[in-house]
Amino acid sequence: MEVNQGTIQHLAELSHFALSEEESSRLVTDIKNIVDYISQLDELDTSDIEPTYQVFEMANVWRPDEILPQEADREQLLALAPTVENYQIKVPKVL
Amino acid sequence: MQIADQTTSAVSLVQAALKKAHHFQETHHIFTFINDESALEKARAIDAKIAQGEPVGRLAGVPYALKDNFLSPEGETTASAHILTGFQSPITATAVQKLEAEGAIMIGRTNLDAFAHGSSTENSYYGPTQNSKDLERVAGGSSGGSAVAVALGIVPFATGTDTGGSIRQPASFNGVYGIKPTYGTISRYGVVAMASSTDCVGFFAREAADLDLLMEICAGQDSKDLTTLPDYYQTSSFKPGSHKIGIVKDFDNDAIDPEIRQALKTKVEELQSNGHEIVEFDMPTLKYALAAYYIIVPAEVSSNLSRHDGIRYGFRSQQSDSLGDLYYHTRDEGFMPENKRRIMIGSFVLSSGSYDAYYLKAAKARTLIINEYAAAFEKCDFILAPVSPNPAFKLGAKVNDPVSMYLEDVLSVPLNLAGLPGLTIPVGQTAAGLDLGLQLVGPRRSDRALIKFAETLKEKA
Repeated sequence: MEVNQGTIQHLAELSHFALSEEESSRLVTDIKNIVDYISQLDELDTSDIEPTYQVFEMANVWRPDEILPQEADREQLLALAPTVENYQIKVPKVL
Repeated sequence: MQIADQTTSAVSLVQAALKKAHHFQETHHIFTFINDESALEKARAIDAKIAQGEPVGRLAGVPYALKDNFLSPEGETTASAHILTGFQSPITATAVQKLEAEGAIMIGRTNLDAFAHGSSTENSYYGPTQNSKDLERVAGGSSGGSAVAVALGIVPFATGTDTGGSIRQPASFNGVYGIKPTYGTISRYGVVAMASSTDCVGFFAREAADLDLLMEICAGQDSKDLTTLPDYYQTSSFKPGSHKIGIVKDFDNDAIDPEIRQALKTKVEELQSNGHEIVEFDMPTLKYALAAYYIIVPAEVSSNLSRHDGIRYGFRSQQSDSLGDLYYHTRDEGFMPENKRRIMIGSFVLSSGSYDAYYLKAAKARTLIINEYAAAFEKCDFILAPVSPNPAFKLGAKVNDPVSMYLEDVLSVPLNLAGLPGLTIPVGQTAAGLDLGLQLVGPRRSDRALIKFAETLKEKA
């Protein structure tokens, strides 16, 4: 797998980073080295092996569908936002 | 850890801890926040309760340090990441609630690699924490601040999180005990998420017996975390007597520091002379665990960290003329380089052209690793192994070379992928005076047995 400036730009877009040119070129080396390392898994024979995505021993843990009191109220949560207007979080224009 | 016998007071314990915290903060940079006022207030309240003969908890007046990725309203919860600057949590993590309900008093939030991404605490936005034995060396990580706070005697215990070794490795670098419980034992509600399929809450202490009490208090099912196991810790037991201890032959090679190999050998001889049986075997898949880990964990990291966007809380970039710019610049300025590497690797292994070759392959490797442990625990009760390939390394030695930093985790990550418990036990020091530790690994839900077994080792040492 070849890792070049184009790969880094694509991954930066997927990850939502505005990378500087300097950081971008450093990442070419870093990401290439990491991808080289993880590629050693190719040596492992995994034919006919089922994947494991999680190791929790239970499945479908349900709770009743009911409204429970929350620890944090609306004022506390809104107070965390950098800019708020009329009980709403303010962001720059979308379009 | 009780103080109810009134030979001391909560206020004097907390005052002493705060004094030490400020003293060592200058040299070792352990805390991101020191809880001066609120801690003393709580201590006074506990002393008043004791004076009036009211019942107090099992940790009444015991000062502790909280890794700065546990949410609570005391101090900002930053996870040592710039992007959480200013985040004052309105909620409290379940583990913190349980500790405080027993009267424990948080005296400070401890430094970590930002978002727990790292093995040295050098990836903190606030700078590295220094090793407790040597200021030129790393504390280990990611829970470096917590390990050093316990090692220097500032507090008798501290919380940590372990996704791939973040409790066990710094415990070993600083000569203290550190438990990474069975996956799902302690609620993760209110803990900053890293990799949801391996993250665990655990503890550091100078005595194994203290870990047992902390586990008893904090373990248990939580309706706020649907990945908590039904309560098992409190009713689990340990049979003293002769045990079968497994030694993984593949770990005895030149990549491991000779002093660590010697420490393991010495411990093995000690176990034999105490009547335990040693069983040696190979676990050939474990050498692939690190590669699988650095696929699975970044994949989960990239998903979990997508929520940090500068909109609802934390840091927001000034360069934000449009919503798109706001996301891109906030995340670019707010994350550390290692956070970015992991997020990008996660984006890479999950992207459509790479998914089968990397993510799916790693998930299959994970199955093989789980099976290999299951086979091992048919031959032995516990596995004894090194925690890391070397003792604490020099500050700056690996921080610019991600793969060499990842290799630090080669011995600690396999059990995280399998959800098993691991316990670091201190086993002395190198000739140069650096701390050495080994880890005991057991089958799922053997947490208490690991701790109790570690206690018997100490009695006989």
